[in-house]
Amino acid sequence: MNDMRLTERATQMHDTKIAARGVDVFYGDTHAIKSVDVEIADKTVTAFIGPSGCGKSTFLRCINRMNDTIPIARVEGEILIDGEDIHDPRVDPVQLRAKVGMVFQKPNPFPKSIYDNVAYGPRIHGLSRNKADLDVIVEDALRKAALWDEVKDRLAAPGTGLSGGQQQRLCIARAVATGPEILLMDEPCSALDPIATDQVENLIHELRRNFSVVIVTHSMSQASRVSQRTAYFHLGELVEFGDTGDIFTNPRDQRTENYITGRIG
Amino acid sequence: MTDTAPVPVPERRNGSLMTSDRRTARRNAAEKRFRLYGLAAIGVAATALVILLASILAGGLSAFQQTTIQLQVELPAERLDPEGNRIPVEMASVTTFGYAPLLRDAMVATLADAGIETDLDASDLADMVSDESVAQLRNYVLANPEVVGSTIPVEVLASGRIDGYYKGRVTALTAELDRNVDPAQLVLADALKDAGLLETGFNWRFLTWPDASDTRPEAAGLGVAILGSLYMMLIVLCLALPIGVAASIYLEEFAPQNRLTDIIEVNISNLAAVPSIVFGILGLAIFINWVGLPQSAPIVGGLVLTLMTLPTIIIATRAALKAVPPSIRDAALGLGASRMQAVFHHVLPLAMPGILTGTIIGLAQALGETAPLLLIGMVAFVREYPDAPPEGLFDPASALPVQVFNWTQRSDPAFVERASGAIIVLLLFLFLMNLTAIFLRRRFERRW
Repeated sequence: MNDMRLTERATQMHDTKIAARGVDVFYGDTHAIKSVDVEIADKTVTAFIGPSGCGKSTFLRCINRMNDTIPIARVEGEILIDGEDIHDPRVDPVQLRAKVGMVFQKPNPFPKSIYDNVAYGPRIHGLSRNKADLDVIVEDALRKAALWDEVKDRLAAPGTGLSGGQQQRLCIARAVATGPEILLMDEPCSALDPIATDQVENLIHELRRNFSVVIVTHSMSQASRVSQRTAYFHLGELVEFGDTGDIFTNPRDQRTENYITGRIG
Repeated sequence: MTDTAPVPVPERRNGSLMTSDRRTARRNAAEKRFRLYGLAAIGVAATALVILLASILAGGLSAFQQTTIQLQVELPAERLDPEGNRIPVEMASVTTFGYAPLLRDAMVATLADAGIETDLDASDLADMVSDESVAQLRNYVLANPEVVGSTIPVEVLASGRIDGYYKGRVTALTAELDRNVDPAQLVLADALKDAGLLETGFNWRFLTWPDASDTRPEAAGLGVAILGSLYMMLIVLCLALPIGVAASIYLEEFAPQNRLTDIIEVNISNLAAVPSIVFGILGLAIFINWVGLPQSAPIVGGLVLTLMTLPTIIIATRAALKAVPPSIRDAALGLGASRMQAVFHHVLPLAMPGILTGTIIGLAQALGETAPLLLIGMVAFVREYPDAPPEGLFDPASALPVQVFNWTQRSDPAFVERASGAIIVLLLFLFLMNLTAIFLRRRFERRW
């Protein structure tokens, strides 16, 4: 791993976008997340790494309250987005999820046309007044997802007919089209080949200009390539959180060191 | 684990790959046996199906053929319209007894015209024509009063025995023993056939006419039964599909997981296994005795069949909803769609082929159901066509499977043929519905 590149990376800090305080998650009797405190900055890529089952995806799903859809899941503690508690009874999860977009592990385009996939979010949130507006939003989202040039001639083709990497970028475009402020990515490259992974990683760099990106990944090299901040989870605990360069070159905790050097995980 | 028993060394370790060892040979033999069992099972099922279809087709196809006789009937004005003003209401005072002699005379005259000689008296000649034809002639004259006073060509039904003669059911030998038919009548029928006055052709009446009394199998048709079944299917479709789909969506997508929903789920599965006659008793007690809906009406039959079909549709719909990958729901929810939007925009369209298939299978099951209909009085003898819906839903009607049941109980063997014919019609409808199910599944199926 190129240590120089990591340490020289600009880590100019932005304001805190997401603040989690004492977050606990229970699946039935299982204590999946144990008292996690974390502050995620705006316009930054934050990577969550850790061995399987350590709770990084679970924590990610807390941020847009996707855990609400699992009946046995119970979330305790405070998660603030721009200083507002997302568990406040006045918060509608539907509105929250428009603000916090999500990209899933497996590309999951709707079995509809490419255009309809991207236009779905803007349609249900009423972001466009007419067809022309919608066309602009769709094109802009597809451009941001670096997919426009590949699909501009076949927007009516089914989204499920694209290749795996294209499908994942379509899902990113779909999430971007809703105009979120935060983008959550749950292992977005785990089902992709290296070329498609490279495309998505370049995309994440681009997205950082407009969004706060939180990415869960199994690949430590990916975390080091795309993120500015890294959080290491172990058995439901947040072991270490800091600048990506520091975590990978100078971990403070023994468990982090064991993981990134390949001794566990 | 301090036991140090020697580890058994596998026998085949040093064997050649070219010879199969004992274990492999046994495994291959078992597999071969299993395939043979499977083939045998399919063979038995296929044979049973072929025998069933063959026996029904052999017995029932002749119901679609009917023997008719061409007669020139003179309609004397002084007997049919004593007032002489051609007003149907007044002409109706002449009953079928007034018309019977006309057909008898027409039969005699037709034979004379054709130059056929016979020893049979006029009454025996009239017996060769179905009793139904008299009523048929009267209805025709009342509907067209201007024909009174002229001689018109009429195609009348041959009696059941004559018809049976051309279908191989009646022979000169059986006619000797049968007091309903004289062998001379059969000889005469052949003479009429040679003269081109008697012929056997396709029997539209079987599909359109209502049921007929025990002595007139030749005039019995499925018209009322088909209408009744159609009305009931309409009711089942209009009630069971929305209720079933709404219930499934709620249970599958919205209902909280608790004791109550568990109990409901178990009960739905149990309802699917309740014998259909129990639903008939329920319909009798609730819809007829308590609500006061009319007996023998398609509305009651439809309601009972709806209750019976609901569990089937709910189970099929829930299975179809479950089969939609959760990633689609996650994708929609992750974009900020509400639960309802996720279900109606994404989950339901993907589940549609399964829902439609389940619904049509449920409908097909309801179409063939007999037992509950017997209890709510649909087994009645109905001659009148029900009106057009919605009023017609409250008129008495029959149903296809009940008509089959009804006809098989009658003594005249001609009704066995009719019953088999009705089974063919019922099977055709079921076949069509299943084809529709397959077509819809292909049409709406989408990959993800």
